[in-house]
Amino acid sequence: MRKKEVFAGVFAMILSLGVIAIPVLVRFGAGNDTEIHARVAESGGWMPDVIKAKAGETLHLRLISDDVVHGFAVGQMPETEVDVEPGKVTEISVEFDQPGIYTYYCTRWCGLNHWRMRGTIEVSGDSPAYAQSDSKPLYVTLGIDLDAPHPAVAIPSQTPSASRGANAASDLPDAYLSADYYRAHSPADAFSQLRAEPAMAPLEDAQVWDLVAYIWRANTSGDEIIDGQSLYQANCAACHGEDGSGEGVFADDLEEAGEASMQSMQGAHDMMMQRPVDFTDPRQMHGASPALLHGKITRGGMGTGMPMWGAIFSEAQIWDIIAYLYAFQFEGFTP
Amino acid sequence: MELTRNPLVKGVLKSRWPQWAFFTVLLAMFLFAIFAGIGGTPVGNHNFGIVFVWIAWWAILILVAVPLFGRGWCAVCPIPVPGEWLQRGAVLDPPPTNEQASKGRWLNLRWPNKLRNIWLQNTSFLLVALFSSIILTTPQVTAIVLASMLFLAIGMSLVFERRSFCRYLCPVGGFIGLYAQTAPLELRTKDKSVCVSCEGKPCYNGSQAGYGCPWQVFPGGLTKNTYCGLCMECLRTCPHDNIAVNIRPFAADLSKPSARLDEAYKAFIMLGSAMIYAAVLLGPWGSLKSAAYQVGSAAWFVYAAVFLVVILLALPGAFWLVVRFSAYLSLLRQKSQSVIRRNTSPRSDFSRLATALIPLGLAFWVAFSLSFVLTNGSYILMTLSDPLGWGWNLFGTAQTAWQPVLTFVLAPLQSLVLVGGFAWSARTAQKNAAEIALSPAPIIVFCLAVTLLMLWLLL
Repeated sequence: MRKKEVFAGVFAMILSLGVIAIPVLVRFGAGNDTEIHARVAESGGWMPDVIKAKAGETLHLRLISDDVVHGFAVGQMPETEVDVEPGKVTEISVEFDQPGIYTYYCTRWCGLNHWRMRGTIEVSGDSPAYAQSDSKPLYVTLGIDLDAPHPAVAIPSQTPSASRGANAASDLPDAYLSADYYRAHSPADAFSQLRAEPAMAPLEDAQVWDLVAYIWRANTSGDEIIDGQSLYQANCAACHGEDGSGEGVFADDLEEAGEASMQSMQGAHDMMMQRPVDFTDPRQMHGASPALLHGKITRGGMGTGMPMWGAIFSEAQIWDIIAYLYAFQFEGFTP
Repeated sequence: MELTRNPLVKGVLKSRWPQWAFFTVLLAMFLFAIFAGIGGTPVGNHNFGIVFVWIAWWAILILVAVPLFGRGWCAVCPIPVPGEWLQRGAVLDPPPTNEQASKGRWLNLRWPNKLRNIWLQNTSFLLVALFSSIILTTPQVTAIVLASMLFLAIGMSLVFERRSFCRYLCPVGGFIGLYAQTAPLELRTKDKSVCVSCEGKPCYNGSQAGYGCPWQVFPGGLTKNTYCGLCMECLRTCPHDNIAVNIRPFAADLSKPSARLDEAYKAFIMLGSAMIYAAVLLGPWGSLKSAAYQVGSAAWFVYAAVFLVVILLALPGAFWLVVRFSAYLSLLRQKSQSVIRRNTSPRSDFSRLATALIPLGLAFWVAFSLSFVLTNGSYILMTLSDPLGWGWNLFGTAQTAWQPVLTFVLAPLQSLVLVGGFAWSARTAQKNAAEIALSPAPIIVFCLAVTLLMLWLLL
């Protein structure tokens, strides 16, 4: 009788402990893959949000969402983009050629503070460090104050058309068509300067605006606009709206969350949540040069709620987005 | 039909090994559910703690175990097991001496007289029900609830005699007992006169053959299933072979209605919470769902207040009026036909007639549970292979997509169950009202009204 009792007790105890001990042992005995948990920013965002790696070595990541569907991508490495589904483990491998600090971010509109879901990978190694750009950003070179208001000094009375402008472009001095000119000037600046050209004197204001549209269109291509559009819809439209009106799905809620949302960022006491910029507003857009928009996108809005994208988009991608932003003001930009 | 006449069945029921096997496996699963809640993914539909407790176990309990076996689940439930093993100082062994057969090794206190009812169980069920939206979806909260029940059961086994937790506190045990009355399975004595003359009453006091009834019931006095836990100790201890496990018609106990208010209230609590669950969990009202989920918010307090008022005041209040109206009708008839009416109190009428709500309540729970079990059953396969959401694929089913099954039969099946429940309740009302010479019509109308409401909520 005693033997049976001992067997029954010991067996029950082994089984009870075993169902907990075995998973724990298996878990800790598993490889040293880095596990990243994704939660909406309000619940902590990426955990961990700093990872260390070595250049030239493969980094194995196990991505798990603890709440809703998120997406994962390393900035400027679009091939790393994967969906991270709740309760499932998504495994990916990433290899970095150069040391440096890389940013990973959420690619799905997971919640109000989706744009806060960022983390960094600190890649160490002997080779020269990766840098996003060797030169200073254009807005710094040009001395543009990104935070100053930039209302357009003039706005068109009808939507300027790049295709109409193309018909009159033969008289346009070449200097206006250069990339340097395009990037450094706002459409309103270009209009004012063209208006002052004696050769343009016979043209109506509307025709001069068409020439401005032509200059802007001549500095991009259909493929770039398509690329800009898809990047805009995936990353910007949540706040700025698919139609560029600043009425994205999160716009109202962000404004309502307002200061509270901003204060949740460390050291963000003096910041004010602002409504997303309306790209369909001519006074706003015709007063903004591509260099200014490039600076805003690269650096972010600094306390306005607009995140920085410099670590995420490549230079080419940023210029493509900018080209697309002017499609909200000019005809003939539809890809 | 007496099952225990079959020597094989009787042998299996008397042996402690089959029960021990159930206890051991289910206890391991229960502990794993707690572990999964704490250490597994916080995503409910991928966590063993949520899927196996609130979908798999619940489905087995409410769709199979309770309707067919009554307290069959209580006979194998792992929650009181560690406490009981500690109390007995044994996992398998019967008591070493007759004296130790009903005495626990610890404080062994008698449960207080004032609490010898199911009001505490009504309260514990309501407590769980109020937080159900968050318990049913959040693995960590589920783990806390399960662990609390385990520790509470252990603590009570060390302080109080026998299975006081199961009998007086367990939030699940209360309603299993209520609906066990409808089950076609019962444990009864074969001949009551044998019990009357039995010396020492080992079924209650225990012997070297087994422990005194853990459920604090004297089998000789059993008339309904409510408090018999089907643990089979009396089958082991009865020196006269006077205990039988019988197959019987469904709902046989309902013809012996209880006049106890705590049991009557249990019927209202279960009926009302099934309707509120259907509205919150299956209904289209988003703000109701979020109010139920946001525990501690102003909206949740409103929800909690409405929940309690509906269950504790509105439903019983309406039923009270219906019973009074029924009494008024019978009084009119009494005057015109000079029928002699038995002298029962309004409170006793209320409690007795509330028995009619038992089949209906069970039907409500079956219909409600069918809906979410068929909708979410596919999570069981997924979670079986990856119970902790750690990326395992033990049986190759981790990638099973969420897929509601048999949805085309859901609405007809639910309707059938509700109509069946109503018919069964109406029949019970008719019999029980006749016994106390009341008119059953108002009770039947009440049952019809709540059935229609539930049909609307579900369909």
